[in-house]
Amino acid sequence: MTTVRYTGTAIALHWLMALLIIATFFLGLTMVDMPGITPTKLKYFNWHKWMGVTVLALAAIRLLWRLMHTAPSLPAAMPKLQKYAAEITHYLLYALIFVVPLSGYFYSLAAGFKVVYLGVLPLPVLIDPNPALKPILKNVHYLLSMTMAALVCVHALAAFKHHLFDRDDILKRMLPWRG
Amino acid sequence: MKMAAKLIAALLVIQTGIVSAGAIDNSKSTVTATFKQLGVPVDAKFKTFSGQIDFDPANPATGKAQLTLTTASFDLGDPEYNKEVQKKEWLNSTQFPQATFVSSSIKSAGGDKLQVQGKLTLKGKTLDVNVPVTFKQDGKVQTFEGTLPIKRLYFNIGEGDWKDTDTLADEVIIKFKAVTSN
Repeated sequence: MTTVRYTGTAIALHWLMALLIIATFFLGLTMVDMPGITPTKLKYFNWHKWMGVTVLALAAIRLLWRLMHTAPSLPAAMPKLQKYAAEITHYLLYALIFVVPLSGYFYSLAAGFKVVYLGVLPLPVLIDPNPALKPILKNVHYLLSMTMAALVCVHALAAFKHHLFDRDDILKRMLPWRG
Repeated sequence: MKMAAKLIAALLVIQTGIVSAGAIDNSKSTVTATFKQLGVPVDAKFKTFSGQIDFDPANPATGKAQLTLTTASFDLGDPEYNKEVQKKEWLNSTQFPQATFVSSSIKSAGGDKLQVQGKLTLKGKTLDVNVPVTFKQDGKVQTFEGTLPIKRLYFNIGEGDWKDTDTLADEVIIKFKAVTSN
C-alpha cells in the first residue's frame, strides 16, 4: 500500500502547532491558578500571550498552505459518517486555531493590557479597555479553549483508532518520519 | 421659570465662590502614571488629588504650585491590582496616604513653555525634580501640562521580587494636566 503523505510543510506546521497549543493551554491553566500577583505570574501571562500570537500567525500560514494544496484523501473504505465527522472536526479545529488566540487577544485589550510580542513588538490596539466586555471575553476565551481541548482529544483518539484498529495510513501520513 | 433661573444664578454664584482662585479643577485635570511590564505600557491614574497653582504669566517667577495625590486612589482598572498596589511593597497607602509635589521655582522657558522646579515626595522619599510644563491660558482658565519620568526604585516602589526591572521597568512616566481658574 503506497501512502500519500502530507507535504513536509503541512507536517511541520501540524506538529509545531500541536506542541505550541498544548504548551499554551497548560501554561494558561497554570497561570490563572497562581495566587496573588507575582513577577512569575506576570511573566507567565506574557509568555502565554506571545505563544498565542505565534499560534495565530502559524494558523494563518497553515490556512494559506492548506488552500493552495490538496490534502491526501481519506481511505475509500471509511464509512461516510466517519468521513463527515473527520471533516467537521478538521473545520472546527481550523476555526479554533484562529478564534482561541483572537478571543484571548481581545480579552487582554479589554482588560487594558496591550500585547507586546516578545516584549519588543507592540501589536495593534484594536479596542480600548472595556470593563463591561472584559468578563464576557474572559468566559468566551475559556469556553473556546476548553472546546478546543476536547476536540484535540477527539482528533488524537481518532488518529490512534485508525492506526491501531483500522490499521490504515491516516496517522502515518502525518508523522514526521516515514513509518 | 424666572424663579428657577434666579435660583440657578444664585447657586452658580455660590459655586464660583467656593472654588477659590488657582485651585486645581479635578473634573478637568488628570494625573496618570505609565509603567512597563515586560515591555507592555500600562496606564494607571490617580482618581483623587487636589492642589493649587497661583500663576501670573506676566510674572512667572512669583508663581507657586502644589499638588497632593491620594495614593489609595491609584487605579489600574482592575480591583485586584488596585488592592495589590496599596500594599507595603508598592505605594504603602496606609503609612504614606499622600504623595506631594511642591514647587520651589517657576521660570519661563520661552513661548508657552515653563520650567518648574520642585520637590516630589512619594512613599516617604523626596526628590528634587525639574519639570518642563506647557502652559495655556484661555480666558480665566489656565492649563498646565507636563510629563515627568521617575525611577520607581528610588522611591522603593516594588520591593522584594519586584525589584527585578526585566519584569517591571524602573522608569515610570508621570503625566499630568492641571486646569485651574483664576
